[in-house]
Amino acid sequence: MVAVAAPRQLPRKPLIFAGIVLAWLVLWLVFRNVGTLALGAADLTPLHRWVNDVNDAVGASRNSNPVFLYFFNEIRLVIDEFVTFIQALIAQPSFGRPVPVIGWLGVVAIAGFVSLAVAGWRVALLAVAGFVFLGLQGLWQESMDTLSLTLAAVVISLLIGIPLGIWAGLSDRAHRILTPVLDFMQTMPTFVYLAPLTLFFLIGPASATIATLIYAAPPAIRITAHAIRTVPRTTVEASESLGATQKQTLVKVLLPSARKTIVLGINQTIMAALSMVTIAALIDAPGLGKTVVKALQTLDVGTAFNAGLAIVVLAIVLDRVTTAAASERRTLPRWALFGGLGVTGVCVYLSYTYLWAAEFQSDVEIGSAIRKGATAVTEWAQDSLPVITDGFKDFVTIVLINPLQALLAESPWFLVALVIVALSFMIGGVRPAIVSAVCIAALIATGLWQDSMITLASTLVATILVMLLGIVVGVWMGRSRRADRFIRPILDAAQVMPAFVYLVPFLALFSASRFTAIIAAVVFAAPVAIKIIADGIRAVSPATVEASTALGSSSWQTIVKVQLPMARGALTLAANQGLIYVLSMVVVGGLVGAGALGYDVVAGFSQGQLYGKGLAAGVAIVVLGVMLDRLTQAAAKRWTN
Amino acid sequence: MDPVISVRDLWKVFGPNASQLVASDELKALSRQELMDRTGSVAAVRGVDFDVAPGEMFVVMGLSGSGKSTLVRCLTRLVEPTAGTIMFEGENILEADPKRLRDLRRNKFSMVFQHFGLLPHRTVADNVGYGLEIRGVPRAKRAERSQEVIDLVGLSGNEKSYPDQLSGGMQQRVGLARALAGDPDVLFFDEPFSALDPLIRRDMQSEVIRLHREVGKTMVFITHDLSEALKLGDRILIMRDGKVVQVGTGDELVGAPADDYVRDFVRDVPKSHVLTLKWIMRPPRPDDDLDGPELSPETVVREAVRSVLGADKPVKVVRDGELLGVVADEEILGVVAGEA
Repeated sequence: MVAVAAPRQLPRKPLIFAGIVLAWLVLWLVFRNVGTLALGAADLTPLHRWVNDVNDAVGASRNSNPVFLYFFNEIRLVIDEFVTFIQALIAQPSFGRPVPVIGWLGVVAIAGFVSLAVAGWRVALLAVAGFVFLGLQGLWQESMDTLSLTLAAVVISLLIGIPLGIWAGLSDRAHRILTPVLDFMQTMPTFVYLAPLTLFFLIGPASATIATLIYAAPPAIRITAHAIRTVPRTTVEASESLGATQKQTLVKVLLPSARKTIVLGINQTIMAALSMVTIAALIDAPGLGKTVVKALQTLDVGTAFNAGLAIVVLAIVLDRVTTAAASERRTLPRWALFGGLGVTGVCVYLSYTYLWAAEFQSDVEIGSAIRKGATAVTEWAQDSLPVITDGFKDFVTIVLINPLQALLAESPWFLVALVIVALSFMIGGVRPAIVSAVCIAALIATGLWQDSMITLASTLVATILVMLLGIVVGVWMGRSRRADRFIRPILDAAQVMPAFVYLVPFLALFSASRFTAIIAAVVFAAPVAIKIIADGIRAVSPATVEASTALGSSSWQTIVKVQLPMARGALTLAANQGLIYVLSMVVVGGLVGAGALGYDVVAGFSQGQLYGKGLAAGVAIVVLGVMLDRLTQAAAKRWTN
Repeated sequence: MDPVISVRDLWKVFGPNASQLVASDELKALSRQELMDRTGSVAAVRGVDFDVAPGEMFVVMGLSGSGKSTLVRCLTRLVEPTAGTIMFEGENILEADPKRLRDLRRNKFSMVFQHFGLLPHRTVADNVGYGLEIRGVPRAKRAERSQEVIDLVGLSGNEKSYPDQLSGGMQQRVGLARALAGDPDVLFFDEPFSALDPLIRRDMQSEVIRLHREVGKTMVFITHDLSEALKLGDRILIMRDGKVVQVGTGDELVGAPADDYVRDFVRDVPKSHVLTLKWIMRPPRPDDDLDGPELSPETVVREAVRSVLGADKPVKVVRDGELLGVVADEEILGVVAGEA
């Protein structure tokens, strides 16, 4: 962020900037380790204890307070019932039976048939193969639990999201009201609302579903509204000019025209839901996420990898099916429709009646092979790769992480605060400076100042790495169509993967450390940044590039003097998004030794006496996010005008 | 004959307090720019009057920003006019309630759009039948009528295609068929051919002329292209900055431009194609031989060239036996040479 923020236009600013940093360094030497507001791992502030008390009080009054009795408990019950119902269908023993209502054969058949109907036979084949693979991995029930939760969250998200989206698409006022709310929901790091939710809805499926809902509904709302809004004005006018009523125009023109885009929104919602459902394992949501979390806590890379792979398989299947559904008109021939229905019906009946079709049992145990393989690769990597990987790790740790962390976390709080406010003022003027000052005050109030600074250091390092990667790869992609064609699908796939999954291979390579968490965050955030920068470079007017070439510029000169300056809007946007993505991985990073705020949150979930501290850490992450978001946006504004 | 459409003092102002603005004579007298500077409002249409006769092809011509598209949208209230009256078959449509307005749109007039406005998820046949569908016409009848107009506009064989499988010209034929399907009294065209390439545009213009002849509907046609206006229009209204500059037939505009703006506009028009003899004839002089050939005053100059240059005496311009004037080589050459 700091690198991006240095404004180019005013020649004196870099000097002032250097002056501030220099003064900071000098004062750091003088005041080192004074007033750092450090707080031990098990120490609590009065605020944390107070939150604990509130938590206890809420817990005690859960079944007597009318707000709970008639509101929160009702919501929890309805959602629990819904999730339990889906689980009873496909995942958990139910209705006095030792197995779910529909066994593996039935589920596979339904998945295949639905895919066939909406996405064609290739995708149907992929879906069947994918689901069978989940069974062969020995993770059938876990996968079905994850699928149940995802389905429940998606259904509720769409029930809420699509009508809201239509409303926002039709009414400017609704659009104006909803947009900032959605912005807030999406920029807020996901797990932050996990803790408060557990306060109201207890841990378990209901909280997990609601958390997933908060994360997954915004894309459905946003994309539906966007789809309705981008139906060409002439098309709507043509319908009106023929005397259609508003309802007729909505049903016959707007919705059908927007259908494809809305299906893409559903795709986004499903993918968001899947990645959130796995993270919701932190609050005891059942399924694959739980397997990963447990394995990560015991550093059992083999098991974590196997379950991570299952999440990826599920993600790929769901993504392909919905993407294909959005891309083409498709009508299944009548015979295929009825034939498919018949076969599916038979399979469902078999899986209801016979144990072999209900419970996935196989002589081919791929799961244990994968676990062993992953463990073996890990051990090999840990034995033989450290020469390279440790070198890289040490380099980044010593050159970037340690100095920045020392500077931020070992300076007195007032010094850091002064520097941040001064920089904010330089970047954006009075308002960002005030926002920063308020955010700093809030961080101090959470009692987690030093942890926040450590997290800030890691976040900045990760963002710098993201931007380096983003500029190099993004410029390459923006200038070469071939590179774009080759790299973009990889980035798309990387974005589809749930956040947890990134951790596994890096955990194997770098073991639990701050560095591992940073690298996982970089891998998580880089695809977005790369894409934004690539699109920005591509959007630079070809005429300008041509003119520059005609004047005899070298490629390097064209990149540095024409394309990057003209794409600076994209650069600041990439930095902004990169920061937010990195920040949203902080808690996940807490699982693999990132420490600081991420660890505080994770510990808060698992240990009752740290509940308040965890909640405060969640708030601190949001505050950091707000501060960095406002700053980069102010920088973007200043820089692009 | 009574006009089908009669527009009086029509105003459309975009911006805050639009209705108060048009109530003030002082503000109405301001130029567009002055009004913009003083009130922040944009007057797109300013006090427009005109009549359209039954069966007429009435063209509104103006450059971009002249207010012509807003004007045509006001006529069907796709854009709500700020003030004025629009009499349609004796009824002020500005007073129509939403239901009556829908009825009018369903039965009395329809519109063809510059960017077609087709529904991408429907076949050609279903696009054409859309207007009938929202009126509640049963499916079988809809299909029959759609087929009729599809044949009429020359789209036979493409009924099952989707719009994105058709060329621009074909797509606009679909738009035309859709507008014709409801058998309206008046067709509005909003720059329907501007998005098409020149050759296709020429075809489509001929198509509209043919349809106008065959179905005899009243048509109001918006364009920014003077040659299109001259080719199609029985009468042409020239708009500038939201105001009417001149209304008249093509030869009136070329022969007697109302001001420098119109004069400048028509300067490059090949006059021999537009002007008739009545615009170039002169009173007979005493020394003229008056026993030459006779021609009607409505003869276009281009068609008179051969007769006039071929005769060794001046050609007499005669209507109902009355001698209006004469045309000699000098006058003809003046027009033809002036074009060079």
